[in-house]
Amino acid sequence: MSQLMSGARMLAECLAREGVECIFGYPGGVTLPFYDVLYEHHVRHVLVRHEENAAFAAEGYARTTGKVGVCCATSGPGATNLTTGLVDAMMDSIPIVALTGQVSSKLIGSDAFQEADTFGITRSCTKHNFLVKRFDEIPQAIHEAFYIAASGRPGPVLVDITKDALQGQGHYQPVSTIHLPGYKVFTEGHTGQIRRAAQMIAESERPLVYSGGGIVLAGAAPELREFVQLTSIPTVSTLMGLGALPTEHPNFISMPGMHGSYAANLALTNADLLIAVGVRFDDRVTGRLAAFAPHAKVIHVDIDPAEVGKNRVPDVPIVGDVKRVLAKLNKLIDETPAPEQKIAAARRAWANQIAEWKAEHPYDRSTSDSEIKPQHLMSEIDRCSGGQAIVTSDVGQHQMWAAQLIRFNEPRLWVNSGGLGSMGFGLPSAIGAQFARPDKLVFAICGDGGFQMSIPELATIASHALPIKMVIMNNGYLGMVRQWQTLFYNHRLSAVELDCFPDTDKLAAAYGIKGRTVEKPWELGPALEEAIKEPGPFLLNVKVTPLENVYPMVPAGSAINEMVLGPPQPVEAA
Amino acid sequence: MIQVISLLLENKPGALMRVTGLLSQRGYNIESLSVGRTLDPQISRMTIVVDVDSLQRAQVIKQMNKLINVLQATDLTESPAVIRELVLLRIRTTQENRTAVLKEAEIFGGRVVDSSTEGYAIEVTGDPEKLGEFVDVMSAYGEVDVIRSGSVAIALESKKLKLQPPIPTKTLVG
Ligand SMILES: Cc1ncc(C[n+]2csc(CCOP(=O)(O)OP(=O)(O)O)c2C)c(N)n1
Ligand SMILES: [Mg+2]
Repeated sequence: MSQLMSGARMLAECLAREGVECIFGYPGGVTLPFYDVLYEHHVRHVLVRHEENAAFAAEGYARTTGKVGVCCATSGPGATNLTTGLVDAMMDSIPIVALTGQVSSKLIGSDAFQEADTFGITRSCTKHNFLVKRFDEIPQAIHEAFYIAASGRPGPVLVDITKDALQGQGHYQPVSTIHLPGYKVFTEGHTGQIRRAAQMIAESERPLVYSGGGIVLAGAAPELREFVQLTSIPTVSTLMGLGALPTEHPNFISMPGMHGSYAANLALTNADLLIAVGVRFDDRVTGRLAAFAPHAKVIHVDIDPAEVGKNRVPDVPIVGDVKRVLAKLNKLIDETPAPEQKIAAARRAWANQIAEWKAEHPYDRSTSDSEIKPQHLMSEIDRCSGGQAIVTSDVGQHQMWAAQLIRFNEPRLWVNSGGLGSMGFGLPSAIGAQFARPDKLVFAICGDGGFQMSIPELATIASHALPIKMVIMNNGYLGMVRQWQTLFYNHRLSAVELDCFPDTDKLAAAYGIKGRTVEKPWELGPALEEAIKEPGPFLLNVKVTPLENVYPMVPAGSAINEMVLGPPQPVEAA
Repeated sequence: MIQVISLLLENKPGALMRVTGLLSQRGYNIESLSVGRTLDPQISRMTIVVDVDSLQRAQVIKQMNKLINVLQATDLTESPAVIRELVLLRIRTTQENRTAVLKEAEIFGGRVVDSSTEGYAIEVTGDPEKLGEFVDVMSAYGEVDVIRSGSVAIALESKKLKLQPPIPTKTLVG
């Protein structure tokens, strides 16, 4: 039975059909018809204070649930403001659907007020995009958008809808099928290749699992855990994959790469087999590619055929859903007899070697009596979280320390901008996360730089009394850039000092939320506990040692075993 | 190296932009590109010639295949295929050279499509490399203006077009 309704109403109906609970957005002229429908529709709209943050919030929602996040903006500046969030979602393969208004179809191309070529601009920012000029094309486009965003390698999809399409009236017939004849989703993985992989694993003396964001995206953490349980193979996880194997799992080493652990980087360098699952051999992980895992054969499992062989040619390529491929692999391994004596002995030696590396250079967790060290801050947040809280992060030094020092015992707890490295991501993504998971303790760890890109969202947080615990790691600098200037540009600190940082206690008060500033080590624990006890939002400004650097560090262009492990030791005068 | 790609593409708004955008975004240099309808008006066929590192060849095809509107991307560089291009060339030539120009055009299978006291307009189709030689030869006889259509290619072995079936939309939630 079909009903007479406007395009805008059809849009809302389709969103409801897709199970959308909330939309992060910002209205404008051409989206008025849609907002008029939302006025009384059960799909909830959350007004953010800048469209970029609508996209980041949608990402936070998607990253913590695996469901498609939705954001909405008006034409022209609204749409262009979304683009950073779209690229961010593209780089980290996050399923979001962005809805944008467009000027009326007859005005397209006339430089009408607030016209921008959103369809053209977002071509490279999205997995796919649509321009909808007629009301009756809305349902098809919306369902296709959701399907494309969530299936295969997930990603952002944008639907640009003209004002006249939103206003047009017609009979709404729910769409029963969508047809995307050229859209191939690889799922199963080649059985022969999976068998070869199992064989290669059985014969390896120094195997290593190199696991990434793909595991989280595919919901394959249980299969990964089972694989590690069955094989006892040590595991490193990329920044994007943290939590898929619990930090506290005995086989977990840590994160590899530019600021990865000594043991993780040495394990990669010395392994004879990499079981690379849901990873893309990103440059921040591999360092100098030619020297990456030089002794290892590679089994590479990924759902995106273009990732397999892009940076490293694998010995066993497997294109498929990591969840299904791992399940099959587990079954095969379960049926295979335990590795022979010689292999088993070599594996024990390998595990011991890794344990030694871990003990030799663990992450720096040092504290000081007089000031709060950044590492101390992260250890304290870790203590409060106990591996259970959702932690979102901005980009910079604090992000690296958080990734190193905070435990994540489940997937979808660690939310950060990995591929794009977008400052200002932490706060708005926490908004999406807290809406998605009202039951969860959510920390937003912000840099003092990144926080200043997100200040407007304090209003959104206050308005919904979201109990987010915002923690500013305040080092007075654009710390990560300052670190590079210190180490590689002869201490010439150029444009990295963050003077005139606002009084955040007053700022919090101005928004009617609780806030506190601490700078002494003994104040830190109690302040965090106060923040957690507070039923509403809390803005905690933590002044930390200004000039601390993140270690280990692999200098750009070096192999990952060529780590700088700490500050140069003071040399005695001759 | 030169790579020849044949694409079958849904004839949808923006589809061409996606292909050219992808090529420039990924840093592949386009040598030529041509597009036209197939027997099915919903589907276009494109021939793209790119200059890429030989290691990147597979990557280009995979990236093309990821575009939602691309139905099939085939690398014709080493598979049996016919590759042709059209050249239209206008030459200003002296009275003494006119016969020689016609002779040369004939050698390359050219056809005169316009003749005036100034010179000729000549049409030639053929293998892109041969056409390069044609243009060089003609340039020796006088001032030339050239337009090349870009390569069009067709595989000699038909590759089955695998299309994905329609997908039922999720049942109503809530
Ligand atoms: C939008 C954006 N602009 C610039 C950069 C480059 N950048 C990377 S880290 C960084 C410093 C971040 O400073 P802050 O937020 O204070 O964090 P810290 O490194 O001090 O912990 C900058 C400027 C970026 N990643 N994102
Ligand atoms: Mg800072």
